Amino acid sequence: MAYALQQLINGISLGMIYGLIAVGYTMVYGIIGMINFAHGDVFMIGAFVALIALLLLQLGGVMDGTAAILLMLLASVAVTALYGWTVERVAYRPLRGSFRLAPLISAIGLSIVLQNYVQVSQGARVKPVEAVLRGGVEVFREGDFAVQLSYMQMLIIGTTLAALAAFTILVTRTPLGRAMRACEQDRKMAALLGIDTDRTISLTFVIGAALAAVAGTMYLLRYGVIDFYIGFLAGVKAFTAAVLGGIGSLPGAVLGGLLIGLIETFWSAYFSVQYKDVAAFSILVLTLIFLPTGLLGRQEVEKV
Amino acid sequence: MIPAAALRDAGLAALVALGLFAPLVGLRTDVSPTGGLFLRTRWADVAIVCGIVFLGRLVLSLWLGQRGLRPSTGPGPWTARLERAGAFVAPVLLGLAVVLPFIPGIGRYELDIGILVLTYVMLGWGLNIVVGLAGLLDLGYVAFYAIGAYSYALLAQYFGLSFWVCLPLAGILAAFWGVLLGFPVLRLRGDYLAIVTLAFGEIIRVVLINWVGLTGGPNGIGGIPRPSFFGLPFSMEGGPGTFAGFFGLEPSPTHRVIFLYYLILGLALLTNWVTIRLRRQPLGRAWEALREDEIACRALGINVTTTKLSAFALGAMFGGFAGAFFATRQAFVSPESFTFIESAIILAIVVLGGLGSQVGVAIAALVMIGGFELFRDLDEWRMLVFGGAMVAIMVLRPRGLVGTRTPTVALGKKRAISGDLVSEGHG
Amino acid sequence: MRDGDRPRRDMILEVAGLTMRFGGLVAVDTVSFTAMRGEITALIGPNGAGKTTVFNCITGFYRPSDGAIRLHVPGALPVELHALAGHNIARAGVARSFQNIRLFPGMTALENLLIAQHNTLMAASGWGIGAVLGLSRYPRAEREAIEKARRWLDATRLLERADDPAGSLPYGAQRRLEIARAMCTEPSLLCLDEPAAGLNPRESDELARLLLEIRAGGTSILLIEHDMGVVMRISDRVVVLDHGKLIAADAPAAVRADPRVIAAYLGVDDPEETAA
Repeated sequence: MAYALQQLINGISLGMIYGLIAVGYTMVYGIIGMINFAHGDVFMIGAFVALIALLLLQLGGVMDGTAAILLMLLASVAVTALYGWTVERVAYRPLRGSFRLAPLISAIGLSIVLQNYVQVSQGARVKPVEAVLRGGVEVFREGDFAVQLSYMQMLIIGTTLAALAAFTILVTRTPLGRAMRACEQDRKMAALLGIDTDRTISLTFVIGAALAAVAGTMYLLRYGVIDFYIGFLAGVKAFTAAVLGGIGSLPGAVLGGLLIGLIETFWSAYFSVQYKDVAAFSILVLTLIFLPTGLLGRQEVEKV
Repeated sequence: MIPAAALRDAGLAALVALGLFAPLVGLRTDVSPTGGLFLRTRWADVAIVCGIVFLGRLVLSLWLGQRGLRPSTGPGPWTARLERAGAFVAPVLLGLAVVLPFIPGIGRYELDIGILVLTYVMLGWGLNIVVGLAGLLDLGYVAFYAIGAYSYALLAQYFGLSFWVCLPLAGILAAFWGVLLGFPVLRLRGDYLAIVTLAFGEIIRVVLINWVGLTGGPNGIGGIPRPSFFGLPFSMEGGPGTFAGFFGLEPSPTHRVIFLYYLILGLALLTNWVTIRLRRQPLGRAWEALREDEIACRALGINVTTTKLSAFALGAMFGGFAGAFFATRQAFVSPESFTFIESAIILAIVVLGGLGSQVGVAIAALVMIGGFELFRDLDEWRMLVFGGAMVAIMVLRPRGLVGTRTPTVALGKKRAISGDLVSEGHG
Repeated sequence: MRDGDRPRRDMILEVAGLTMRFGGLVAVDTVSFTAMRGEITALIGPNGAGKTTVFNCITGFYRPSDGAIRLHVPGALPVELHALAGHNIARAGVARSFQNIRLFPGMTALENLLIAQHNTLMAASGWGIGAVLGLSRYPRAEREAIEKARRWLDATRLLERADDPAGSLPYGAQRRLEIARAMCTEPSLLCLDEPAAGLNPRESDELARLLLEIRAGGTSILLIEHDMGVVMRISDRVVVLDHGKLIAADAPAAVRADPRVIAAYLGVDDPEETAA
């Protein structure tokens, strides 16, 4: 029971990270109907920028945990958002309105570029960092087993919720959010009504990248080690989360992220760590076969 | 563009580049001997990169003016030439491929590259059936390649079966898995199908890594028997029972390489022959119709599921053949050879070549894989250039090298159909 | 109603109690009608009356919520269309065209017509395997298929454009090609969804002539049409739907005089009609 509760806490904090990345997939899919294949690598860049910022802060003598994390987040969001913008500008915008496969291939190419760019510029070795926040509170004790809620997990859950709340307000309450939703419904019509669709799409990528940067920072803090390859697996799992939740649906992406995080954690805890990815991928396959529109997705009616 | 505007534009580009590269290029995280991380600064590199971006952007906007770099689907100057020469390019390429081992100056190394290129040509042609003809986006094609390779490796290891027995078995097993996977997922649309096939490829790879008892895990399977020349082994001893001894030749390691070269050439040509023939048959035509409009196919009484399955299984079968060849050539297989990036490369070859075009796929494989080998000295930069080339080619020619479709039948003369009319499938 | 007077063997299509619900919306409400062999039956009604839904149920694109659709075959048991999977309906002898043309745009007109003969050709090719190996039976089958395609191209005045991609044909030609393609499946019942939509008067006349020719060739026709000129000129029977319900089924002249039909078309308190 206590063990399960601990897994639940671990699963939620992992799931939050997946959820943040998944929102990026679902937003881009919603607005241009494309899997942004490079999104996982944008997340990886976010983790690397956070790492570099952390090292800079340590050089500068900033030792306070909270301040350091806040500055890391800011730096990572700023730089990663620029990467997100560039990805759209380089690999997607020239192919707007082109054949469906072309942007997918150029996104795969860009994903390869980003991975190898980081490998070349930052080296292929894994980067370990010391924990920024230590300790935690004991939530519950059963015999010898104590259920821990670490400060790090609280931070991850708190930051993620804050980022998602800010994002939700942005999408539902601001003119930009309205423009985004309009483009999602009908891009041609939105353009006719005077919405700058190119700019809206760019901003969608920027926001998605910013959320991925938050996720990257949290990933770095949670695991304490990153390398240039983390983006692929995290990307595929986050995409799974987006599909599971119903692609195009923002609450669905978060829900899907949580489910994938929980499934992965519980699977590792009770069955086998090696096959945890197989579990996540099998969920993806099963969802698509039995629930093609996901948990919260809209039913698509085939017009004849 | 007027120079002042071009300058400002280039300045902006350089500024963006600065923002992108200053943190990641300028500050390198290195692991110190004590295990901690420290930062090394490389501002000069950042300055160089930003300078290149500035100049590149400036030159591009001044040179191209208002036109900018635009994707083009129409026949470009060189594709028009390629099309005109099309009837003659294919035979010339084929002729070159056939006589390659006997061209003076072609040594073992060149032949090895030739084998590699042909392997990808074959994989490209196999995947072309699925993606190019039937319009089913498959991002996990490497799974079938892996199934073929491991089928041969395991059958040889556990049952001592020879290559010639295993080759068809590997193809059949891969096709079987193709049907098994295809049956539930083929009703999914486009990108969903892509991601499910990607997941399938990853599942196969994770299972290969972790099922140590059967597959040897990450260490792979070694000592896979090499192919024999219809029962005559290639051996350095030169006894009467060996290839060299039987034909009275001086034993040489090149014999096997040449044999492997012709083996993969033969397999690739088989793939091509079957595809070309099927395209002119009802089955191939139904694949293309499916790519064009699935609903109309249903209304015409075409069983959509079995038609898709047949394309999927056939593509998988050729992937399986190629896998068995890979295993016998390397004498060693490990999960490392079957990562997602392989699927991406094969798909890139198909799309860059032009969906459905056999010659285009062959040229794309030659350029991508051959070019990739030329840059061998660049080491880790190689993949960077490779990915960059993928983006650049897609941005400039979204329809690939050969963007037109040739009709399969005509009352009069066959005329190429512009790529703009040909759709690329929804599923 | 004249249905009762006719012997049952004359019937080709029987729609009985057909109901189609989408969520809470009842698009088609217990509609029953019949189409006779060798006749042209028109299905008309104001926008949103449920014509296309009925059509999609008959051609297997929707599975009806309730009711039955039967195709009568001489000398055999009727085929329960509502229980068949999509592609088996075409195999049973029902072909259709689409309101928004669905050709294979990147393939030539001739190729479009050969795909319509897929099942015959596929059997002749030994399910792909025989033809790859060069079986002798296949080339003859293909020659016959091309001959049939040529006849239909000729009938629809498209012979000149046989080798042009379908997507590059003018609108009217695409409409005709879609009918030719449907006819190449050798249907006993041809279902056309607004075949005259977007055609100019000359093209409409031509279409009417083509449909009469098809009827003379022994194929029964069921069509949805808004062009009343065409409907009244060529139909043997007209079935009128309004708000998902059947309001009339009779000869054209009788339907034209039916006050309920007139009310449905000129109806003032019809929110859907004003919205459309």
